[in-house]
Amino acid sequence: MLFSSRRFADVVVASPVGRIDHGSAGPFEGALLPLLAQLNIDEVALLLDFSGVEYISSVGLRVLMAAAKQARAQESSIAIAGLQPIVAEIFGISRFDRILDVYPSVADALGQLSAPALEAFNAVKDPSAT
Amino acid sequence: MKRIRFWGTRGSLPVALTAAQVREKLLAALRGASGRVFASDAEIDTYLAGLRFPVSGTYGGHTSCVEIETGGSAYVLCDLGSGVRPFGQAAVARHGAGSPQTYHIFMSHLHWDHIMGLPFFTPAYIPGNRIHIYGSHAGLEAALRRQQDQPSFPVDFSIFRASIEFVHLEPGKPYDVAGMTVTTKLQRHGGDSYGYRFESNGRTIIYSTDSEHKLTDPEETKGFVAFFRDADVVVFDAMYSLADAISIKADWGHSSNVVGVELCQMAGARHLCLFHHEPSSGDEAIEGALQEARRLEEITRNGAPLRVSAAYDGMEIEV
Repeated sequence: MLFSSRRFADVVVASPVGRIDHGSAGPFEGALLPLLAQLNIDEVALLLDFSGVEYISSVGLRVLMAAAKQARAQESSIAIAGLQPIVAEIFGISRFDRILDVYPSVADALGQLSAPALEAFNAVKDPSAT
Repeated sequence: MKRIRFWGTRGSLPVALTAAQVREKLLAALRGASGRVFASDAEIDTYLAGLRFPVSGTYGGHTSCVEIETGGSAYVLCDLGSGVRPFGQAAVARHGAGSPQTYHIFMSHLHWDHIMGLPFFTPAYIPGNRIHIYGSHAGLEAALRRQQDQPSFPVDFSIFRASIEFVHLEPGKPYDVAGMTVTTKLQRHGGDSYGYRFESNGRTIIYSTDSEHKLTDPEETKGFVAFFRDADVVVFDAMYSLADAISIKADWGHSSNVVGVELCQMAGARHLCLFHHEPSSGDEAIEGALQEARRLEEITRNGAPLRVSAAYDGMEIEV
């Protein structure tokens, strides 16, 4: 699993890529922890762009649950965007779609989370807009 | 081992269909039959067989009691939930009171829903019957005696006329019982529970209820994968959705359909049977969990297909 992140105003967008299964859930959690530690210090929210995630197992979902709990404890938030169809099915079957904020795309999520972040995101997508 | 027969499949507490729920089923069946003419009972049977199970049947309401038919003369049961009452009545109806039988009963743990049927187990009252109760809990005998003490029940344990023997099983140690090799494994549950691996003539049945699988400890996961390895049937506690099992119901000691599929796939098991249904779940909810488990198995399959079913009172699985 690959993992990268980028900041848009007051939201960090993290982008895991690949499978989040029993073998990679640990590294996924390790990559999330420093980003979670920054929440409510420099940023208001962490957005996980799941468009590159092909599969997530129960252990990976458990990492998301722990991350959401930590974010709530810090009075911040975590959201997920861009689920591939298979991953969206897994979210539905596991009922994670009912307990986590899931958006169709990064732009949709940023539109709900932070206007400055959406503006920064759109500026990167279309530099002529700035 | 020839087959598994389910006498009780509900978790925590027995449930019964309400009149309104029966009416809903009748309405759905009658709507489906609108305009049709049935010339015989056989045609009605054919029509009923084509209905979805939540319409034509029910996942039932007795608490845990599962029979393993070994092909031998002795009876083998897992747990003494309320389902042991109809089992006992069927056994007495089959043999009569004058024909002593042997019963081997394996206890997952001592929570009320898994022991509540014993006071209503008719064969225990019949002289000549031999009942062997196996388990890995030190307090097995005390728990079964205590539930019949005053003021919980009108007659105490001494009323039983059958010969009742308690047998302690060391976890991980194989035992030969009723032509099977039986091994228990400690499971994560309040007060501990034990899963059972039954092996005979190249067939393997796993009875693993009241067990929470977090799958975060690789060694623990490896242990359960080995315990489930190549099983023909895994009877699995799938009481909650995964989201509930790891959030509001974390550490309540139960698992989900999602984890059942994952563990069985890792173990190369052939048949996952969802069991210990949440008492607040209606037939449509249990059917939904079954269909979703089947879909999950389909989209995550990485080898031979895993058959998935949901246990109901009266269901039989050929092994």
